[in-house]
Amino acid sequence: MISSRFFRNIQLGIKTLLLHKMRSILTMLGMVFGVGAVIAMLAVGEGASKEAIDQISRLGSQNIIINSQEPIEQATSGSNRIRMNIYGLLYDDMARIESSFSTVVRTVPAKLIRGEGRIGSRTAELRLVGTTPDWFELVSRELLAGRVILQRDMEQSANVVVLTEHGARKLLAGRTAVGSQVRINKGFYKVIGIIKSESTQSGSMQTPDQQIDAYIPLKVAKERFGDITVTRGNGSNSREMIELHQLIVQVDDIANVEATAAGIERVLSMYHPKGDYRTSVPLALLRQAEATQRTFNIVLGSIAGISLLIGGIGIMNIMLASVTERTREIGIRRAIGARRNQIIGQFLIETVVLSVTGGFIGIGIGLLIPWLITIVADMPTVVTMWSVLLSVAISIGIGVIFGMYPAMRAANLDPIVALRHE
Amino acid sequence: MSSQSNRVIELEGVWKTYRMGDQDVHALAGVDLTIERGSFWAISGSSGSGKSTMLNLLGCLDRPTKGCYSLEGQDISKTSDDELSDLRLQHLGFVFQNFNLIPQLTVQENIELPLFYQGVDASEAAERAIAIADRVGLSERLGHRPTELSGGQQQRVAIARALSNNPSVLLADEPTGNLDTATGDAIMELLTELHDQGKTIIMVTHEPEIAAYAQVQLVMRDGKVESLTQSTPFKKEPVSNSNEALA
Repeated sequence: MISSRFFRNIQLGIKTLLLHKMRSILTMLGMVFGVGAVIAMLAVGEGASKEAIDQISRLGSQNIIINSQEPIEQATSGSNRIRMNIYGLLYDDMARIESSFSTVVRTVPAKLIRGEGRIGSRTAELRLVGTTPDWFELVSRELLAGRVILQRDMEQSANVVVLTEHGARKLLAGRTAVGSQVRINKGFYKVIGIIKSESTQSGSMQTPDQQIDAYIPLKVAKERFGDITVTRGNGSNSREMIELHQLIVQVDDIANVEATAAGIERVLSMYHPKGDYRTSVPLALLRQAEATQRTFNIVLGSIAGISLLIGGIGIMNIMLASVTERTREIGIRRAIGARRNQIIGQFLIETVVLSVTGGFIGIGIGLLIPWLITIVADMPTVVTMWSVLLSVAISIGIGVIFGMYPAMRAANLDPIVALRHE
Repeated sequence: MSSQSNRVIELEGVWKTYRMGDQDVHALAGVDLTIERGSFWAISGSSGSGKSTMLNLLGCLDRPTKGCYSLEGQDISKTSDDELSDLRLQHLGFVFQNFNLIPQLTVQENIELPLFYQGVDASEAAERAIAIADRVGLSERLGHRPTELSGGQQQRVAIARALSNNPSVLLADEPTGNLDTATGDAIMELLTELHDQGKTIIMVTHEPEIAAYAQVQLVMRDGKVESLTQSTPFKKEPVSNSNEALA
């Protein structure tokens, strides 16, 4: 019986609102845009954060990346015309890390050398990466043709190279490159495989692989290029001696990453008082991105919250006007025998119908806008279920909260005065 | 009905005092009154005589400042707001000068309104509304909006609404005040007919011709009962004309 009265009240509420269509629509607009803004903003924010987090996890959230870095004080002192600048990670560092930490699964060394590849008349700028087979385990990318570097290539010091898709396309169109000889700097290498590269940059961090990479066995790199690099400057040559340019350490579990990174930092700082290395932890970046995202969400949420608040106030304003306009109706209902609570119920239902209808239209708009953004601006957007549920809850809540005051005002009118109202 | 007392309304030394500025105004100054079941009363008096206050009080829209008012044996001076609402819902029906129908509701929905608040289920309410509409000659207007009806028809809807909860007392406040004479007479015929069927009717009016329809004429002055006249109800020409006058 109560529920049938409830439904008839809803029916009556809709009927009353339809009497003033224009006014009801204008009143709802605040809710429509408020809810639409909440969903659209959260979708854009969520999309951006998903992209950032994807990028970072491509760096490997279980990895610790250590790069050699020229120490600052040596770079500024340059009295000798021919000077050897010795710094960076050592082969020993790799051994130390592997033996000191039980949480380390594998350590991948890399020598990075600039070079130019040439097949026939085609040339391409390359970054030679002298590394171990473990590299391909750690930076796992789709193999497009051939094979990657294996342990036997290391043992045999085989002059083989794995090109990226990009490099292969530059040097020789297509996959036929496998098996052909490529000249890099002064040596020849046999192309044994082509691999995809997913080079992206995230903040200050770059994925271990780049588009211009060409992978060769570490031993070959060491034998062919040595540890000394000569850079020709104007009038003077600067020479650098670096054993390893990069070490990527993979940790067994995400939970151990930060502790292991701190441990490695401690060990390395003992052997490298000059600070000629730099460790970066993608996981920390991920955490940072998540924190940024939270802040972003709070800001967006507040803006959307304010627009909802304004929408709510708009509804309250109209309902107060409606109560004044319908004073006589309230008087009639009270004279007939409606209790105060029934008057409150009637007006509250009207407000909730208004705000929820606005809310649902807003959800429609909130779904449409991210879709358009993705199509037009090519930005990723993710509409989450909880943002839709939140919007529904908010629109009901706003209806009740902002409807309460006008409804109470209606119910507290003196029926005698209300009946006399013109 | 038979088990109930024959006295529907009893007033004993009822005062209603309003404070205006620093002065007390006595809208009712010691009224004693007994209204018997099935009687037809007309309350008249000049403006400021207290007749409106009287009607509000009898209609349980207000409580006396002093004294005792009992409706169907229930003293209303110490009731809560909700209890007053319930008394109105169970025992009273209102007819107003300006009809006071709810514009967004159809005729039928207006008539069903008291039943809606009583919690009568929809199908029964519809049945009762249709029966009552038939009784006041409105069966063909059930789906219309009040604004689509003439004044006389609107007042009939109001009467039907006042009757739908089968009240002990029908209270009419200048029921013909907004109608032309012929239509007003037709409405009075309808009220007389209801009285003949046993309804207790209390009407406020300032027109002697209208008051003449009632059994008992009460004249108020300065918040007191000035005179109380019993008369044989004034019967007009045969009822048959009344419906034509409405159309």
